[in-house]
Amino acid sequence: MMEEKLLEVENLQKIFNTPRGALHAVDNINFFVRKGETLGLVGESGCGKSTTGRMIVRLTQPTSGRIMFQGQDIHILNKKQLKETRKNIQMVFQDPFSSLNPRMSVSDLIKETFDIHKVYRKDKERDERVLEIMNVVGLSPRLVNSYPHELDGGRRQRVGIARAIALNPKCIVLDEPVSALDVSVQAQILNLLDRLQDEFKLTYLFIAHDLSVVKHVSDRIAVMYVGKMVELTDYKTIFKEPLHPYSRALISAIPTPNLKKKKDRIILEGDVPSPINPGPGCRFYPRCRERIDPICKETEPEMREVKPGHFVACHRAE
Amino acid sequence: MGNKLLEIKGLKVHYITEDGTVPAVDGIDMEIEEGETLGLVGETGAGKTTTALGIMNLVPDPPGKIVDGEIIFNGENLRTKSREAYRQIRGNKISMIFQDPMTSLNPVYTVFDQLTEVIKLHQKVGSGEALERAKEMLAKVGIPQERGEEYPHQFSGGMKQRVLIAIALACNPALLIADEPTTALDVTIQAQVLEVMKDLKKQFKMAMILITHDLGVVSEICEKVAIMYAGKIVEFADLESLFTNPSHPYTVGLFNSIPDPEEDVTELTPIKGLIPEPTELPPGCVFNPRCPDVMDICKGEFPETVELSPTHRVACYKYHKGIGGENK
Repeated sequence: MMEEKLLEVENLQKIFNTPRGALHAVDNINFFVRKGETLGLVGESGCGKSTTGRMIVRLTQPTSGRIMFQGQDIHILNKKQLKETRKNIQMVFQDPFSSLNPRMSVSDLIKETFDIHKVYRKDKERDERVLEIMNVVGLSPRLVNSYPHELDGGRRQRVGIARAIALNPKCIVLDEPVSALDVSVQAQILNLLDRLQDEFKLTYLFIAHDLSVVKHVSDRIAVMYVGKMVELTDYKTIFKEPLHPYSRALISAIPTPNLKKKKDRIILEGDVPSPINPGPGCRFYPRCRERIDPICKETEPEMREVKPGHFVACHRAE
Repeated sequence: MGNKLLEIKGLKVHYITEDGTVPAVDGIDMEIEEGETLGLVGETGAGKTTTALGIMNLVPDPPGKIVDGEIIFNGENLRTKSREAYRQIRGNKISMIFQDPMTSLNPVYTVFDQLTEVIKLHQKVGSGEALERAKEMLAKVGIPQERGEEYPHQFSGGMKQRVLIAIALACNPALLIADEPTTALDVTIQAQVLEVMKDLKKQFKMAMILITHDLGVVSEICEKVAIMYAGKIVEFADLESLFTNPSHPYTVGLFNSIPDPEEDVTELTPIKGLIPEPTELPPGCVFNPRCPDVMDICKGEFPETVELSPTHRVACYKYHKGIGGENK
């Protein structure tokens, strides 16, 4: 594994002002992604994982903090530099049903990426490249003039992936790329993503709520809870020795299709709290079974490296 | 062995559309005993929800029609019932929970209004008593009583699903049909709701049909499993047999498609190809174009169901004597 950090996120924060107060969607998170690896970002609805992904591709402006891509802060780039950087960081969206323009055919959708960046002078070269890309992602050439509504979910997601890889990016942010798909199709797309990563030396930030899927694709996994990152470690450790009480509950809650290994389930009480005007302590305090008063209520735990490469934000963790 | 509560024989539900007839449910057989939970598993378009709507006699007509089969509930064929008689059963003896808790509740009525409605409709009780029952039900699903005065938008997804469970169970049904009850929920909330359902199932001694695409959820809560593909039940077994000895190639394919968090698998083995268009189903076994074990005979007729054991049956030529070679 190469040690080079391709993407580095420092003290990233996004606060949305809402009528009911400041919504802390992402609150001071730090992480990096090494070249060629897959970092999985997991958490439940509203934990800030998609907002993080959107800030990395600069679709959302952070409130504060830095996002460094190859040593460059992407939020202070000028228009021209940004356009260059965008070639290198692409995104695949969750819902292939709404993220493709229904009035554009498959070839138009892929051509668009080349045209925006004026990659090809000659249409013929460009059109050949479109077919080549379609072949790479497993779309049959007969679909070249099909419209999104004529395709099933799996094929639509392949079009989304084709658009993302068309410009040979270095990094792709995948926001729930398989959650809208049936399991048999999901497996096909996961295998495709795996193959593309090997072939094009891609770096992935894989955002998903399904831990089994994330474990399958990731080298390291970061767990988020209400805007905070609570734990970050390699994919094996997070399942074997999760240190944060929330990670433990989350992992124990996965229903596994395995009769022999039935585990003890930790059932959390209550709902995920609102990210609007959060209190000073740990965000997980109200639902935590292992909380220590008063420290957990009053002081927010910092992310600490408790073992080499294993970061956790919990007062109890040692 | 308990008593048979529901028995479905040769049920066919077809949608008649401009593009042709869609055999959404095409001759399925299944049975559920009292107090038992059956998982009905399949992917989008397999016909799971249509089966449920068929049992409830809620298939949208047009374009849908129950064209054949028997639905025997407590010894009576529901298909011979009048609309009025069906209304007495629905919500009372057989209840249903729908997939999306966000859209199944009426936004302009309070939770109490919606809970007491079903109680007053089916049981001869006054408003006061209905309200008492409603409060009891809320307590059973773990919602504080005072929240009954609130409107659905004031509840989170998990809480809404609990409200729906309370409504469905308010009349103490013998059978609950739950259509993807936890699919729209986050995992920790899903775990909570599954726990509530398991608990209530025991308390109320009711049978349940759990419709899902998630074999993980099935292993948590079901005793029997039916695997559906393109309108057919391809495999029907007790939980143990299905998980230890999945026999239909489609079932095997499903298991191989799911990443198991307990195991380290580097590559998934997906089922090749796609679910066929419902108007252009292949002749013979509907799974044959995607099947790794396909034989010539598979392209002729849909295979008869073979019993592998008294609690395990499968519709596949591999298990037909003298054809599959395995001679099971």
